[in-house]
Amino acid sequence: MATPNPDTQRNVNRTVIKTLVVLAGMFAFAFALVPLYDVFCQVTGLNGKTSAKAQSLVSGDVDSSRTVTMQFITRSSAGLPWRLETQTRQVRVHPGQSTEVHFSFTNLGKEVDVARAVPSVTPSEAALHLRKLACFCFQNQRLRPGEKMEAPLVFQLDKQLPEDIRTVTLVYTLYPQEMEVSSSG
Amino acid sequence: MASLPPKHPVQQGTADAAGGADAHHHPPKGLLRWVLTTNHKEIGTLYLLFSLLMFLIGGVFALVIRAELFQPGLQLVQPEFFNQMTTMHGLIMVFGAVMPAFVGLANWMVPLQIGAPDMALPRLNNFSFWLLPVAFTLLLSTLFMPGGAPNFGWTFYAPLSTTYAPPSTTFFILSLHIAGISSILGAINIIATILNLRAPGMRMMDMTLFVWTWLITAFLLIAVMPVLAGVVTMMLMDINFGTSFFNAGGGGDPVMFQHLFWFFGHPEVYIMILPAFGIVSVIIPTFARKPLFGYASMVYATASIAILSFMVWAHHMFVVGLPLVAELFFMYSTMLIAVPTGVKVFNWVATLFRGSISYEPAMLFAIAFVILFTIGGFSGLMLAISPADFQYHDTYFVVAHFHYVLVPGAIFSIMAAVYYWLPKWTGHYPHLRLSQWHFWLSVIGVNLTFFPMHFSGLAGMPRRIPDYSLQFADFNMVSSIGAFMFGLSQLLFVVIVFMCARGGEKAPAKTWDGAVDLEWTVPSPAPLHTFETPPQYRPAEADH
Repeated sequence: MATPNPDTQRNVNRTVIKTLVVLAGMFAFAFALVPLYDVFCQVTGLNGKTSAKAQSLVSGDVDSSRTVTMQFITRSSAGLPWRLETQTRQVRVHPGQSTEVHFSFTNLGKEVDVARAVPSVTPSEAALHLRKLACFCFQNQRLRPGEKMEAPLVFQLDKQLPEDIRTVTLVYTLYPQEMEVSSSG
Repeated sequence: MASLPPKHPVQQGTADAAGGADAHHHPPKGLLRWVLTTNHKEIGTLYLLFSLLMFLIGGVFALVIRAELFQPGLQLVQPEFFNQMTTMHGLIMVFGAVMPAFVGLANWMVPLQIGAPDMALPRLNNFSFWLLPVAFTLLLSTLFMPGGAPNFGWTFYAPLSTTYAPPSTTFFILSLHIAGISSILGAINIIATILNLRAPGMRMMDMTLFVWTWLITAFLLIAVMPVLAGVVTMMLMDINFGTSFFNAGGGGDPVMFQHLFWFFGHPEVYIMILPAFGIVSVIIPTFARKPLFGYASMVYATASIAILSFMVWAHHMFVVGLPLVAELFFMYSTMLIAVPTGVKVFNWVATLFRGSISYEPAMLFAIAFVILFTIGGFSGLMLAISPADFQYHDTYFVVAHFHYVLVPGAIFSIMAAVYYWLPKWTGHYPHLRLSQWHFWLSVIGVNLTFFPMHFSGLAGMPRRIPDYSLQFADFNMVSSIGAFMFGLSQLLFVVIVFMCARGGEKAPAKTWDGAVDLEWTVPSPAPLHTFETPPQYRPAEADH
């Protein structure tokens, strides 16, 4: 090969450095997309996640001109011998009205386990308008073998809920959680 | 050692006698010559042979799938193994066959078409090739591991690829990392070469379309391969280090996996087709004996397709529960891509119009590309219609669509490129009669395989399932017969390439009489070292 022209070599080096910068930027961008995605979803409620903290009751009059059907679906993920149930399969509520629903957790396995119920709302536009005043989903549940526990959910649909939404489905899926080492015994 | 360039350089380029004292030291002999080579032609040959090997392995996996689907019911393989076959077929074909084949063509032809002596970074070039055998040995070795190979489809959606994945998934992640680094290094090299090593007098708008499309493809690679690396790194952490990027139980989101994957995945689709556009845009003018119609519009169309490719990713996810606004946005942006693609097809047809056409094997493949790729494009438009996609999603209609753009699209363009440039590589014309047989068997085989899939898909046959209900039996039998016909006819291709490397009708420097680009000014076979003294480029030579 001919000896490279030093000018050309310098230009090549410059091009390589530029592409490496873009490369590093895109790798960082891929990871930056994770928090960006979360923020985007929190602002828009697009992935059906509800707030992870208890919200305060918005007082004011109940919009009794509208009735929305709230449906509850519960399920346990594979590998976790628990049952999550509710007696209230669905309830009809007015926007603005606060309602309490009871869920029961049962550990059918032979070991102490920790699990958390993770909520998801369909249609996702409703996620922003579902306010939870109290929910078992804010913390992990720890059950001994055979133990059964009742837990309440207090929620309110705010009045800004879009008019075209007549039914809101709230799904709770139980996921196993790592047990904290200190709490053993 | 099939298509080797001649062992030692023809003594060409007297100008380097002054400063190139150490330049012509003797290369090591035998196997080491190939391990240590930094020559763009030898590395190009290595890439092409590697991708041919991967094409055959991936093809065998496809034939396992088609053999199982020949009749309803389970005959040959278990569903677990069937899933491993669909996954490995996709991964091997995308990352092992199509992408390295295009990189190999770029290695061989980009320096020759821009009048450069070699790639800008020859040692890096050697490294990026030799990463590939490592990556794919790792990937193929997962087939022999306890728990089997990856079985979650080539799109490796979480949580199938994290929570429910076989233990070999960590090896799969590592192999994707290595293959990704190889592509990135190749892309850096191609960008550095095209931007800095053009012959004096050659402006950007004088470059052939093959060089242009590769430049744009290389930018796409730089932009999205790091995202793929990021995604598989997150999977690695979810599997091994207890993070919850994609695990809803820990606050993550499996749908985010799909967003990240397709943010990489859709530009990746164009990485596999833009160089094909370039190849066809070089071949059609040669055999139509007319300059390419609308050169500048071809360049702009390629660039617009590349930019649009970043804005359409969620059309793969219409059924995950996107809000209406997003469904509409991704539907319209996807349809918008048909505009620059339509410009390209129009230009190819306009180039053919009133040309004095001859049907050499390269041209046969190029014309089949234009027609069959367009069919794949149209079924893509059907899939872009979001409400209709709810019906088509994950059916064989999707399989038909992307195989039409990848097999008679990308693969046919690679075949066309091989038939077009083989005389330059080996000094011999490929056997004409056998090449024609190869073409007709391939084109009939491809259509027999994939056309019936449109119908079985519209009738509701789901993809990636080893069994199907009885009403799909006839379509599947035809598909399987076509697949074996296509697969076996590729053995003919191997024979043709091997024969061409060994001998045949001698090819002159200007192999095809309509050919105008710079590579046809060097002898056939191209000596190991070319353009050591840069040629003075005169735009009249290539009359765009």
